[in-house]
Amino acid sequence: MITQVLTAAFLTAFLAAGIRVAVPILIAALGEMVTQRSGIINLGIEGIFIIGSFTGFTVAYFTKSLFLGFLLGGIAGGLFGLLMGIVSVRFLANQIVTGLGFWIMCGGLAKLLVRTILGIDKYSASSDFNIPRLESLSISYLSKIPVLGEVLFNQNIVVYLTLLSIPLFVYFFKYTRMGLNIDATGENPRAADAAGINVGQVRMLSVTFGGILAGLAGAYLPLALYGVYTDDMAVGLGWMAIVVVPFGKWRPWGILAGSMIFGAANALQFRLQNMNFPLPYQFLLMFPYFVTLIMVILFSRGRSSPSALTKPYFRSEH
Amino acid sequence: MIDHHIPVVRLVNITKSFGDVIADDGVNFELLPGEIHGLLGENGAGKTTLMNILYGLHQPDAGEILIRGEVHQVSSPHKAIELGIGMVHQHFMQVATMSVIDNIILGLKVGSDFKLGRDAARKRLLELCKLYGLNVDPDAFIWQLSIGDRQRVEILKALYRDVNILILDEPTSVLTPQETTELFYTIRKLVDAGLSVIFITHKLEEATSITNRVTVMRDGKVVATKETKKTSKPELAYLMVGREVLFRTKVETREKNSHRDVLRVSNLKVKGDRGNIAVQGVSFTVQSGEIVGIAGVDGNGQSELTQALTGLREVLSGNFWVDDVELTNASPYKVIQHGVGHIPEDLADGIVSDLTLVENLMLNRHYKPPYSKNGWMNERIMESEARELIHQHDIRTSGALAKAGTLSGGNKQKLIVAREISRNPILLIAVHPTRGVDIGAEEYIRNLLVQMRNRRGAVLLVSTKLDEIMDLSDRILVMEKGRIMGEMMREEANIEKIGLLMAGAEG
Repeated sequence: MITQVLTAAFLTAFLAAGIRVAVPILIAALGEMVTQRSGIINLGIEGIFIIGSFTGFTVAYFTKSLFLGFLLGGIAGGLFGLLMGIVSVRFLANQIVTGLGFWIMCGGLAKLLVRTILGIDKYSASSDFNIPRLESLSISYLSKIPVLGEVLFNQNIVVYLTLLSIPLFVYFFKYTRMGLNIDATGENPRAADAAGINVGQVRMLSVTFGGILAGLAGAYLPLALYGVYTDDMAVGLGWMAIVVVPFGKWRPWGILAGSMIFGAANALQFRLQNMNFPLPYQFLLMFPYFVTLIMVILFSRGRSSPSALTKPYFRSEH
Repeated sequence: MIDHHIPVVRLVNITKSFGDVIADDGVNFELLPGEIHGLLGENGAGKTTLMNILYGLHQPDAGEILIRGEVHQVSSPHKAIELGIGMVHQHFMQVATMSVIDNIILGLKVGSDFKLGRDAARKRLLELCKLYGLNVDPDAFIWQLSIGDRQRVEILKALYRDVNILILDEPTSVLTPQETTELFYTIRKLVDAGLSVIFITHKLEEATSITNRVTVMRDGKVVATKETKKTSKPELAYLMVGREVLFRTKVETREKNSHRDVLRVSNLKVKGDRGNIAVQGVSFTVQSGEIVGIAGVDGNGQSELTQALTGLREVLSGNFWVDDVELTNASPYKVIQHGVGHIPEDLADGIVSDLTLVENLMLNRHYKPPYSKNGWMNERIMESEARELIHQHDIRTSGALAKAGTLSGGNKQKLIVAREISRNPILLIAVHPTRGVDIGAEEYIRNLLVQMRNRRGAVLLVSTKLDEIMDLSDRILVMEKGRIMGEMMREEANIEKIGLLMAGAEG
């Protein structure tokens, strides 16, 4: 058994799958990072994830275009992000409660819509509807490198784009005015306001951006990973994205590392199940969440979070 | 060329209320070009609100704002800056996690949309530093700077935006006497360079020393505008409070016989929030019938020290005893049971806003007889005792069953002091007992502390107000960077000596 686990082929397949599963977590977590650095926590990510999956799948199913699936999945996510922004920025609502509300609402909405739109009744399942998946794009020479080539250079386009975006996020926060404005808004909204920054606008944009990325991450599941849609498709990936943000200390590279660990935990669990690993499968299913729990306990302490996170901002505090 | 007759700022009939509270009521105000204009008044007189309106942070309910003779709607701070108005707030508007240069350029269009122009900004900033003699490292992070440095950053921020009207809101409240002198020098330099300055303060000393004219506010109204040369401190104080004010609390020298050490602190070390050692091994005593004052600029370990002494913060090493009972790392409950009273640093930590005055006054005794028996509280006893305290201490309220949150700052603090002192503690730890309260309450609270000392109680007084420390304390300790820099009896104390110790000179 152990020798079976430690072969190069297993390792390659495991790491490649790890990245594929890590990418949706990574996309959503990068969006949530931007949202949180502006001072808002969006706990509805899991729900927006589901909306993204549903929208992406349905659009791709009817139009036969994966691109349109991603596009509309992102737009749908952005709309829900905007809604979250309006509720928390304009109406100063409690972000924890609102976020949880969004999660429940989105899950229910997706269930309802998938049944009405695809005409599913109790005799059929949505998994009967199939779409082609996004194909891998191997990069000619690099993909021939043993292990690493298969892992890094034989993935789909979304994986490449996501990984390439990491340095862009770093640059954005370090060298652009908008990045600076977002950080100022999340750290000290009063100071940002006094400096002439429109705090509400910055936060709205950030939550909407976070929604778009969560929608894209959701669309990735049916369009790039599974080729089908099921109700429980997100399986907590949105929550994992939320855990990854503090784990990565609100920094892009840290978030990449965190996502990879979760991706690997998921992939490992998958692989071991397929190999009839001598452990009840329920335990294997539990494994990624167990890792999440441990990581929350170990890494969510410390004071590096944006100081104004979850605190609504309004001017007249008299 | 500056026209010396048209005021650079004219506020006409400005009115602003928050809910039922009228902060400013038909206020008129004029700032002439090149003058330093003091805006004097007690806390809550409406000074800061008025200036926040001029700076676009609040919108007036009624009234007009004229800048250089023209009516303007100052809809946001952004607009204010465009009009050449800058403001240095009492709480600095800075992002602590960012560098000085990033704070300076925050909100400005420097460089392109895709890249900040930090290099050009740094160059310009250094030029300004040189021009006005303000020293600050552009690449240091704000959290690394001293309060004085942070204030300079705020001033530079305004200068960088080419303002010619500068509002300073209580700028000296956080500074050492030496830093204050430096600030005054800077302000004069700014005026020489053509700026006009509004200086908000409640300190008479400052209002008379640096300004050309003073406008006095009371209860949201302007009482008078005076030329500084033609007025005096007593006159300004009278205008500010509306009655004669005694400047000194009378403290008789204490009798010297048979005092015992009530509080004994030995080599105490306490951790700060940032993982630093905030209190670095201090030792001192407080005797019965004695007020010991701890002077120092805010943030030099006083908070951590008093929190440790009241059981609210863990002691790293060292010990302390109250009446020879060791209370090192004891729970707050145990500390209270041993007769230690505590007036906490932040008013808000001393009361529960949503509970009634009665409940708040009984908070440290409601759990024991005669106030409760077998877990049932006796409301009648509590209410009558609370009413007596309210009467005795003249706490102004709409009723004993009103929520404590409805009280004014001064009355909240009176409530806290009444509750703590009425238990007859053997030791009272009073941290900034008169911060944010009006002159009337201030006088009252100071007198209560002295009375407690005269009844042979021990008082540890922490304050950043030097006059308070010097007026009340029998013995003065000066804290700087978590250490006690020096100790002196009241007779040997003077502002310069304490100021030097506060700034870190060895005593």
